[in-house]
Amino acid sequence: MDLLYKIFLDPFVQMGTAPDLLVQTLWEGLVGGVLYALIALGFVLIFKASGVFNFAQGIMVVFAALTLVGLHELGIPAFLALALTVLVMLALAFAVERLVLRPLVNQPDIILFMATIGLTYFLIGFGELTFGGNPKVMIASELYLPKGAIDLKILGGFVSLQKIDIAAAIIASIMVTGLGIFFQRTRIGRALRAVADSHKAALSVGISLEQIWVIVWFAAGIVALATGIMWGARSDVSFGLQIIALKALPVLILGGFTSIPGAIVGGMIIGVGEKIGEFYWGPLLGGGIESWLAYVIALGFLLVRPQGLFGEKIIERI
Amino acid sequence: MLYRESGQYKTSYAADMAVFPILLDRIGIAVILAVAFVLIPLAGNDFLINAVMIPFLIFSLAAIGLNLLTGYTGLLSLGTGGFMGVGAYACYKLTAAFPGVNILFLVIASGAFSAAVGVVFGLPSLRIKGFYLAVATLAAQFFLQWCFSRVPWLFNYSVSGAIEVPLRTVFGVPVTGPTATATTRYFAVLCIVVAMTWIASNLVHGRIGRMWMSVRDMDIAAELIGIRLLRTKLTAFAVSSFYCGVAGALLVFLWYGGAEPDVFDINQSFQVLFMVVIGGLGSLIGSFMGAALIFVLPIVMRSLPPLLGLPITAATAEHLTFMIVGALIVLFLVVEPAGLARLWQIGKQKLRVWPFPY
Amino acid sequence: MRAPGPGEIKVGEVLLAVEDVSLAFGGVKAIADVSFDIRKGEIRAIIGPNGAGKTSMLNVINGFYQPQQGSITFKGATRDKMRPYEAARGGIARTFQNVALFRGMTALDNIMAGRTLKMHRNFFWQLLRFGPAMAEEITHRRRAEEIIDFLEINHIRRVQVGRLPYGLQKRVELGRALAMEPDLLLLDEPMAGMNLEEKEDMSRFILDVNNHYGTTIALIEHDMGVVMDLSDRVVVLDYGRKIADGTPDAVKRDPAVIDAYLGVAH
Repeated sequence: MDLLYKIFLDPFVQMGTAPDLLVQTLWEGLVGGVLYALIALGFVLIFKASGVFNFAQGIMVVFAALTLVGLHELGIPAFLALALTVLVMLALAFAVERLVLRPLVNQPDIILFMATIGLTYFLIGFGELTFGGNPKVMIASELYLPKGAIDLKILGGFVSLQKIDIAAAIIASIMVTGLGIFFQRTRIGRALRAVADSHKAALSVGISLEQIWVIVWFAAGIVALATGIMWGARSDVSFGLQIIALKALPVLILGGFTSIPGAIVGGMIIGVGEKIGEFYWGPLLGGGIESWLAYVIALGFLLVRPQGLFGEKIIERI
Repeated sequence: MLYRESGQYKTSYAADMAVFPILLDRIGIAVILAVAFVLIPLAGNDFLINAVMIPFLIFSLAAIGLNLLTGYTGLLSLGTGGFMGVGAYACYKLTAAFPGVNILFLVIASGAFSAAVGVVFGLPSLRIKGFYLAVATLAAQFFLQWCFSRVPWLFNYSVSGAIEVPLRTVFGVPVTGPTATATTRYFAVLCIVVAMTWIASNLVHGRIGRMWMSVRDMDIAAELIGIRLLRTKLTAFAVSSFYCGVAGALLVFLWYGGAEPDVFDINQSFQVLFMVVIGGLGSLIGSFMGAALIFVLPIVMRSLPPLLGLPITAATAEHLTFMIVGALIVLFLVVEPAGLARLWQIGKQKLRVWPFPY
Repeated sequence: MRAPGPGEIKVGEVLLAVEDVSLAFGGVKAIADVSFDIRKGEIRAIIGPNGAGKTSMLNVINGFYQPQQGSITFKGATRDKMRPYEAARGGIARTFQNVALFRGMTALDNIMAGRTLKMHRNFFWQLLRFGPAMAEEITHRRRAEEIIDFLEINHIRRVQVGRLPYGLQKRVELGRALAMEPDLLLLDEPMAGMNLEEKEDMSRFILDVNNHYGTTIALIEHDMGVVMDLSDRVVVLDYGRKIADGTPDAVKRDPAVIDAYLGVAH
């Protein structure tokens, strides 16, 4: 009886009595959700356009951020370092296309997925070797990213909104809108969608797979860079981020692997669900449930709707 | 010329269906077993046995477990670390509750707990396929890892969250704990691994193995020839988790001597996955080869530079190892997706016809 | 061929009947109110232009698709939905248009996989292999070898089926279906993509299966010569509807059938 009270009544009572805390938690969740959504966005780009599930997206975020900070540490001015990092991501896209994707064209998806796992480990080693394993500070102020917070006195208490988080949300929206238009309205976008459906068919209508893949991995690299900057500005840039990036997987499950708006909605749901769950129900279980709650939420959804919220139902023909 | 099957006629189906139909293969296995049971304990030093052979055998067992699930049944699992942990902690609780019972028996019994957990997390496989199932196994991994650090009952409420392995003897000889010699532990691990490999071989060569492979290759067609999908998939999860659980228990009890909650993290899952991929999906021999490569490589990376006089720090060696492993994965997937096992088969084929080219 | 037991369907009686079956995918109607029956021991052909719903019909019989409407009566038992496992257990086996073999396994293993339903030794014997599990393997290996002899694929039994040419793959698939010792064998375009010799071989096999094992056969086929030669009765589908049903000669002359094939609008 006491237990039932604790699970089903107490958390809501807490929410009611301290609404400013609730709003704060919701805000934190939304912000976390935006960042998950950005990582998921990178996944969706590559999956939508090449059918490859890029496990290395998380490490690309870390790698991009590290490159930026590393270049700046060498004395290069901030925006030049930014431009150079963009070039590095382009070079990475070329390298991945040439060394990983081209040799594995037409292989089953699971092989490509495992290749990206290998790529992840390679980038982890390479990143640690080149930049060292210590956490680094993002050059937020050099990039003119806002600092400080807006404090709102509402609902009888305090709600503090970090300006950097607001900036992150705005930048994410711009990117999502831009990418959405790109996919739906442009010729290259259509070619990307064709490649996602079938490599062989796309080849046979003359679409250059190599070009498409470089474009899309570069785009994912840019998204990774933006994500890395935003995330690094909120906390440090470290390799721990790579594991957090795995959280994008539940986001993709909710939002579907090929839907850009789905990545956003999925990110929000996971971000908010995780934070609310941890804050109000976490103490019951000993805390730290953030490490698995997202996955369990996703698992629950999968059981009900195996293709995700936005995914298309695949009819198997035999 | 050296490696032939001509002249070896099979006059019964039983002979034809033997696991090693070629005489030279049978001799090879006998030699390997002789080396393992006799030569290594006699000639090997403690370092070789403790730092190389014991973990190699343990990880081979884990790799076999994952291979049964991912290589033979086609269900990608990223939860290997978690399932290994279940076995380890189950064994810990069992031996605390039954200190008089033979520890080796408890190690096997703890596999059953792991199998049960595996079945629970395998239930979604009825509705979910492919990558989505991999995410379900991630849920298992993170949840189990959380349990190992947040459920105090599991580690007997110790403050640090770590567990220490108590002294246990078999026939009066210490097998676990600080006084157990490397050779004793090696024999225990060797016997268990050899027996379980034999059992795995029996399974994959018979009806169950065929059912698993049918589900892997085309589950729709498998259903239409009468294979019950859920039952087959759950059997795969159960057996696979059993093997991983025993491997986990062996890892903690007969090698590390203790454990912290981080031992069975996601990196452990990836490590075993790499062994399986490089060694060869769907091959038991490949599991051993993959374990050897992934496990021996860091040791080589650490010991080689000092030998060659190159000034490389331990940290650098580790980073380089990551890079090499990652690159090897990609290389193998490009060149030979069937892994070392296939390369080995190709080599044997060349030996068959040597000195002729084909 | 042995005499049917009490309560069993006799030769010539209806083995399987579909009644008023309708199947739709979203808005597309694949099958509309189709009824026909298959008699035990006969070779029934299902023909029609492309897209007529023939494969969907087989899928319904197999339990792979569930119809929105209608019923299936098999061996006297009527049900409105068939499940794949029930169909397999009941004695329905099938081959596919796009060869659905287990590509990672050898031809022999594929055929042995077809014996799965008949292998009963439980899990614990499988762990040991020697003893009852091995004895069972050998028994079923014998049956598999009979099928391999019958289909003349001895030379490729240890080859991984993914490597085999298309014609041989189709033969192995037939072998896997035969391994189930089915009462009703559904063949989806068994001659597709074959040259004349291969077609003659396959026809011979189909006739032998029907004569020797007494298996009832339903086949989808486009080659009219094969249909006319092999089948006892024919049902014709067009746009998901049944437009003719009878002996090959009657169907050949039916004006509705001729119109359908010539593409005359109707």
